[in-house]
Amino acid sequence: MLTRKIELLVGLFLLSGVLAFCVLVFNVANVKVDTKDNHYTLVAEFNNIGGLKVRAPVKVGGVVVGRVADITLDDRKLVPIVTLTMDKRYDHFPETSSLSILTSGLLGEQFIGLTPGFVDDDIEMLGNGDRVEDTRGALILEDLIGQLLYSMSSKDK
Amino acid sequence: MSPINLIAAIGRYAIELVSSYGKAGLMLWRAIAHIPNPKKGVPLVIKQMYVLGVRSMVIILVSGLFIGMVLALQGYNILVDFGTEDSLGPMVALSLLRELGPVVTALLFAGRAGSALTAEIGLMKSTEQLSSLEMMAIDPLRQIIAPRFWAGVISMPLLAMMFSLVGIFGGHLVGVEWKGIDTGAFWSILQASIEWREDIVNCLIKSTVFGVVVTWIALYRGYEVQPNPEGISRATTSTVVQASLAVLALDFLLTALMFGN
Amino acid sequence: MAAISSNIMSETPTVLQNPLVEINHLAFGWGKKVIYDDISLTIPRGKVTAIMGPSGIGKTTLLKLIGAQLTPDKGEVLFDGLNMHTLSRTELYQVRKRMSMLFQSGALFTDMNVFDNVAFALREHSSLPESIIRSIVLMKLQAVGLRGAAFMMPSELSGGMQRRAALARAIALEPEMVLYDEPFAGQDPISMGMLVKLIRELSDSLKLTSVVVSHDVKEVLGIADYVYVIANKKVIAEGTPEQLRASDNPQLIQFIQGAPDGPVPFHYPAADYQQELLSESN
Repeated sequence: MLTRKIELLVGLFLLSGVLAFCVLVFNVANVKVDTKDNHYTLVAEFNNIGGLKVRAPVKVGGVVVGRVADITLDDRKLVPIVTLTMDKRYDHFPETSSLSILTSGLLGEQFIGLTPGFVDDDIEMLGNGDRVEDTRGALILEDLIGQLLYSMSSKDK
Repeated sequence: MSPINLIAAIGRYAIELVSSYGKAGLMLWRAIAHIPNPKKGVPLVIKQMYVLGVRSMVIILVSGLFIGMVLALQGYNILVDFGTEDSLGPMVALSLLRELGPVVTALLFAGRAGSALTAEIGLMKSTEQLSSLEMMAIDPLRQIIAPRFWAGVISMPLLAMMFSLVGIFGGHLVGVEWKGIDTGAFWSILQASIEWREDIVNCLIKSTVFGVVVTWIALYRGYEVQPNPEGISRATTSTVVQASLAVLALDFLLTALMFGN
Repeated sequence: MAAISSNIMSETPTVLQNPLVEINHLAFGWGKKVIYDDISLTIPRGKVTAIMGPSGIGKTTLLKLIGAQLTPDKGEVLFDGLNMHTLSRTELYQVRKRMSMLFQSGALFTDMNVFDNVAFALREHSSLPESIIRSIVLMKLQAVGLRGAAFMMPSELSGGMQRRAALARAIALEPEMVLYDEPFAGQDPISMGMLVKLIRELSDSLKLTSVVVSHDVKEVLGIADYVYVIANKKVIAEGTPEQLRASDNPQLIQFIQGAPDGPVPFHYPAADYQQELLSESN
C-alpha cells in the first residue's frame, strides 16, 4: 500500500522533473512567451544571405532588437526574402535604415546588423509589414578571394 | 561441424531471435493494451515511480553534475586555445541536451533500475508469485508488468531533464565560477544557440524512446527468466548489456533522423 | 453420502456422480521429454484426493495443467464440465475464481504484510467495503491460527507459518477447490501436523474439494479419501488408503514403504560397474 512518504516523494520527483523541463525551456533555450502585441515584422530582400539562419539576432550597435523569423525565396525574382520579428520597444527606425548581414568574429555565427538611417520631416518610421529597401548581403569569402586575385592579376599587367 | 549443421545452427538462432522478439512484443501488448482501471492502476504506477524514479534521482543528479563539470573543463582547455572560451556554454548545453542527457541517463537507468526490475520480477517468478496471481484470476501482466512499464516510461524523460539541467549547472560552476568566463557571455551565447524545438523536444523524444526500450527489455528478461538463482543473475546481466547496446544503437538512429538531414 | 463413499470403495471411480474435475487421456511433455502419457483421473466433490509419486515426475505440472497455466499436448481437463483449455481468457479467469492453489513456496507477495496478502484477492475481485474485508481476513487468519501475525511481513515468518498464511490467502475467496502443491515438504513435525489438521478441517467444514500433491506417504494416507499414484508417466495405482496399503503391486509397496531398492532401482541406469572401472579412461 502507498504510504504518505512515497506519495510525497513521487510528487516531488514529478514536480522537479517538470521544473527542470521548464527551466530548460524558458531559461536555457530562452523561449519567450510571445504574443503578437509586443512584436512587429519587417521584410527585407537580400541578394545573398550566406549562412544566415532562422532565429539569428538582429542587432543595432550590438543590441539585440529582433530575430530572423523566416527565410524564403522569392518565386519570381529568385532572391532570398528574410522576415524579421522586431521588438515593439524599438519601433523608431526610419525608412532609410539599412540591413546588412554580418559575421560575429572571424568564423562566428551570422547576424543582421541594422544601421538606422537619417530622419527627416517626410521620412516615416518603419511599421508592421514594411519592407526595408536598403540591404547588403553576406560577404562570401570565396567571392572576396576571387576579387582579390582578379585585382592582383590586373595590377600585374 | 559440417556446413549443413552450420546453416541449421544459424537458422535455429534466427528463429529463436525472432520468436523472442515476438514474445517480448506480445508480452508488452497484453500488458498495456487495455483500458486501465484508474482507481487501482494509478497507485500501482505511483509506487513503481517511487522505486524506479525517485530512487534513481540521486545517482542521476550526481552523475549529471560531474559530467557537466568534466565536459566544461575539457571543453575550456580546448576552446581557450582558439580564444573562443565564450562558446563553452553552448558546447556543454548542446552535448548534454542532444546526447549525454538522454543516453547517459538511459545507461544509468538500465544499470540502476533496469537490473533491479529484472531481478525483482525474476524473483517473483521463481517464488511462484506470478503463478499465484494467475491462479487468483489476476493477470500478472496487468498487475505487475504494466505499472512498472508506465512508471519507467514516465520517469526516464523527467530524469533526463534533471540530468541535463544539473549538467549545465555543473558547466556553469566550472566555466564561470572557476575559469572566470563572464556570466553574461556564458548564458547569452548559450541561450542564443539552443533551440527549444530542436534540442529540448528532441531530448524528450529520445529519453522517452529509451525509457520504453530499457524498461521493456528489463521486464521481458525478468518475465522470461529461468526461475533459479543462476537464471536470475544471468537475466540481470543480460538486461544491462542488452539495454545499453539497444540505447546506443537507437541513439545513433534517432540522431540520424533528428539531426542528420 | 453413503452412496458416494460406497462408490469410492469400489474400484471404478469413473462411475462417480458428477465429479468436479475430470482429466481425460492427458499427455504433456517439456519439449521432447514426456512427462505424462495418457493419464486419466477424476476428482470427486468435497473430498480430499491425493496424487502421489516419486519426486521429479511433474506433480506440480499436473496442478498447473488443471489450473490451465500450462496447455496439454493431448487430452482435456474438465472443471465442472468446462474444458479448461478451450475457454476464452475471460471465461478462464471466471473459472479460476472458483479454485485456488497453495504453492510449495507459499508464494506470498513479499512486498506486503500477511493481512494485505490475504486481503489481496478480496480487494481485487470484490467491491466489499474495507470493514467487511477486514473481518473476513481476520476470520481466515484465525482459522489458520495466525491472527496475531497479521501485520508481520512474510520474510519474518517461519516456513510453516508462511504456508499457513498462504493457505489463509488461498481460502479467502471461499473457493470450491484448493490445489495443494507439496504442502508437507520441508516442514517440521509440528507444522506438518498443523497442516494435516487444517487441510482435513477445511475440507470437512467448508465442503472444499482438495487435491493434495505430495510424496509424504504417511501424511497423505492419513488425510486422503482417495489416492492416485503416478510413476513412469502413468497412473500405476489408485484407491483408498486402505486399498493401497493392501495392494501387492511391487512398485507401490516400494513407494509406500520407502524401500531403497526395488522396481525403482537404487542405481541410475549405467554401464556395468566392473567393466567401467577396469576400462581404460580415455
